[in-house]
Amino acid sequence: MFKIINREEMAEGTVILNEIEAPLIAKKARPGQFVILKANDTGERIPLTMADTNTEKGTITIIFMVVGKSTALFKTLLVGDAYQDVIGPLGKPTHLEKLGDVICVGGGTGIAVLHPITRGLKQAGNHVTAIIGSRNKDLLILEDKMRAASHELHVCTDDGSYGHKGFVTDVLKKILNEKKDQIKLVVGIGPVPMMKFVSLVTKEFNVKTLVSLNPIMIDGTGMCGGCRVSVGGKNKFACVDGPEFDGHAVDFDELSLRLQAYQEDERQCYDHFCKCQD
Amino acid sequence: MAKNEKIQRQQMPEQAPLVRKNNFNEVPKGYTAEMAIQEAKRCMQCKKPACVEGCPVGVDIPGFIKHVSNGDFTKAISKLWEKNSLPAVCGRVCPQENQCEGKCILGKKGEPVAIGNLERFVADYEREKQLATRPEKAEPTGKKVAVVGSGPAGLTVAGDLVLKGHDVTIYEAFHKPGGVLVYGIPEFRLPKEIVFSEVSGLEKMGVNVQLNTVVGRIVSIDELFEQGYEAVFIAVGAGLPTFLNIPGENLIGILSANEYLTRANLMKAYLFPKYDTPVVRGKKVITIGAGNVAMDAARTALRLGAETSTIVYRRSREEVPARQAEVHHAEQEGVKFHFLTGPTKFLGNDKGRVVGMEGLKMVLGEPDASGRRRPVPMKNSEFELECDLAIIAVGAGANPLLTQSTEGLSLNKWGYIIADPETGKTSKKGVWAGGDIVTGSATVILAMGAGRQAADSIHQYLSWGW
Ligand SMILES: Cc1cc2nc3c(=O)[nH]c(=O)nc-3n(C[C@H](O)[C@H](O)[C@H](O)COP(=O)(O)OP(=O)(O)OC[C@H]3O[C@@H](n4cnc5c(N)ncnc54)[C@H](O)[C@@H]3O)c2cc1C
Ligand code: SF4
Ligand code: FES
Repeated sequence: MFKIINREEMAEGTVILNEIEAPLIAKKARPGQFVILKANDTGERIPLTMADTNTEKGTITIIFMVVGKSTALFKTLLVGDAYQDVIGPLGKPTHLEKLGDVICVGGGTGIAVLHPITRGLKQAGNHVTAIIGSRNKDLLILEDKMRAASHELHVCTDDGSYGHKGFVTDVLKKILNEKKDQIKLVVGIGPVPMMKFVSLVTKEFNVKTLVSLNPIMIDGTGMCGGCRVSVGGKNKFACVDGPEFDGHAVDFDELSLRLQAYQEDERQCYDHFCKCQD
Repeated sequence: MAKNEKIQRQQMPEQAPLVRKNNFNEVPKGYTAEMAIQEAKRCMQCKKPACVEGCPVGVDIPGFIKHVSNGDFTKAISKLWEKNSLPAVCGRVCPQENQCEGKCILGKKGEPVAIGNLERFVADYEREKQLATRPEKAEPTGKKVAVVGSGPAGLTVAGDLVLKGHDVTIYEAFHKPGGVLVYGIPEFRLPKEIVFSEVSGLEKMGVNVQLNTVVGRIVSIDELFEQGYEAVFIAVGAGLPTFLNIPGENLIGILSANEYLTRANLMKAYLFPKYDTPVVRGKKVITIGAGNVAMDAARTALRLGAETSTIVYRRSREEVPARQAEVHHAEQEGVKFHFLTGPTKFLGNDKGRVVGMEGLKMVLGEPDASGRRRPVPMKNSEFELECDLAIIAVGAGANPLLTQSTEGLSLNKWGYIIADPETGKTSKKGVWAGGDIVTGSATVILAMGAGRQAADSIHQYLSWGW
């Protein structure tokens, strides 16, 4: 059992933070890696990239958006409750090295995944510009942490309720226009359409781009192939070859479709869950 | 004619095909004690029993059958345990027709003794009654052994070494132990309760089972040695799905058999939405391949509501690698077989879902490296097959996760671990390997056999050195 020792609600309760006791995972995990969690006996295995680890306390932190049955179930777990299974660290860690000027772009809960990478890139000696965005001010998460993890932070909201009005890609384009030859790397993490458009923008400027993919997974060890994504026309297993890939080579449209494989079932399961909760 | 030959082989009572294709309960119901005794009486008690040669682990078949014919099922199980620690499993899943029963001399003229069915009966009887005494555990040696993977190879090594007094820990990547026995082979063929009862037996003997532990990620083999383990047995199976690499293969509704079966079995998608994991429920299902894995997938699809479930296989009926019983059961349940056909392309709709398969007819040409005649596509033989779920069951490869994170481990050109065929020793000191990660996808009994050999060798090493 993996006990929750700290829990926060963010973005009007649509996003949940859990700090979970998992000392062995905490010791091994590095930025960019993920865990698979299962709440109880009948639960589903859900992959989530770690937002933080604390080796002294022996904990890992995950941040998830409540989108379906399984995350709704995760939301019901409170401090003192436990996940039945947590498996990890899985996937390849981000390659953190000194490159010069880098830009980290995050959207939605992707910001949670981006945060340790941003911090790592800064620690590695890079000059880090961060751009984060959300639909509106209330849904924005981790602004303070992202500010601390970067040298320069830009915030965007779709409705203009806070920061720059518009998409993260607008700001990205502007910065690339100003100093494109200086930027050595862009890391983009967020919803699939956001990562797609970030990659399209950086492609124009020919700047290397990393994205972190979140396909449907089962085992997380390369055993089932359910997480396959087309990268440069080749099949890659996101759980072992990724989750990070070259944004210019990823087939985002295929990924979007594949993420919808179980949409109908999801709804059925969620309705079933809501009925049982009443 | 000897009197044995007059008794008919006892037919295994089974759920009727039209009933069972709608449930996940086990298909064969098992012999009654009377039937087992009758069947055991058919055994000729040959002086030089060919059946024993046919069994990869050399079970004393006439020996255990003699006890069954005397109605002494407790002595029978002890006899089985001497060579086989999982008889309830092997009795159900061994390809008996190529092994023990294939060699039985009664089979020359009529039907062989139902060795598998008897083995299963004896093991089930004991599991229910718990009358036999398990072998005594030796004094603790204080030596720690790590077993990586909890499939049949790992379970066998753990059982053997804990008996010898060693301190054994099994590390398993999944949240449940048992390997393919749990995530691959469906409930209707091997009830999971049997596997869990074997594992809890091991735990009672003192084996420590650590689940959710992906060795190579959370801990490396070298770190296991640093933690005080003196020997490591690697039994991680052949967990890498093979795809066809043809156009359209990433459409929704095309799954590797590993994914399909793991969802259905391990995650219990057949009980969705009571269990949270879904699986694609096709109405028109095709399964590519004709091994045990393919039969399991095609039959699972029927149970999940398929109107048609079709096997597409590029060779002919004669080359089908699955157990005879599985093919027979599949046909009874209504699985269709398209032999000498191979897929070339999958077709999808605008939602990215599979709607069909394009294929070619084949003829058999010259024998290939495996000795089987190679299928050659026929010109102008294109055809289309409608489907809303396609399961790819064309074999598995060596999963590189552990092997590539372990230094000093020699691999062959396909990525399998090179291990001494007599002892299971690898190129790395203190490390043994066995089962599918050495041989490639094989059988439960071969994995167990490799486990037994490695356990003997590990015990020798812990007693006297490498
Ligand atoms: C669907 C299906 C049906 C089959 N039917 C039959 C049959 O009827 N008869 C028959 O004889 N054989 C059958 N087989 C083959 C048989 O199951 C295998 O040959 C046998 O299980 C191999 O045993 P093993 O111990 O080598 O590995 P496995 O059973 O594959 O077990 C390996 C275990 O190691 C774990 N593991 C992998 N990597 C790691 C890691 N890095 N760290 C920790 N743990 C890890 C895996 O999760 C798994 O639990 C079938 C196989 C399948 C897939
Ligand atoms: S272990 Fe398998 S091959 Fe050996 S006797 Fe039993 S069923 Fe036959
Ligand atoms: S999740 Fe199964 S191979 Fe990646």
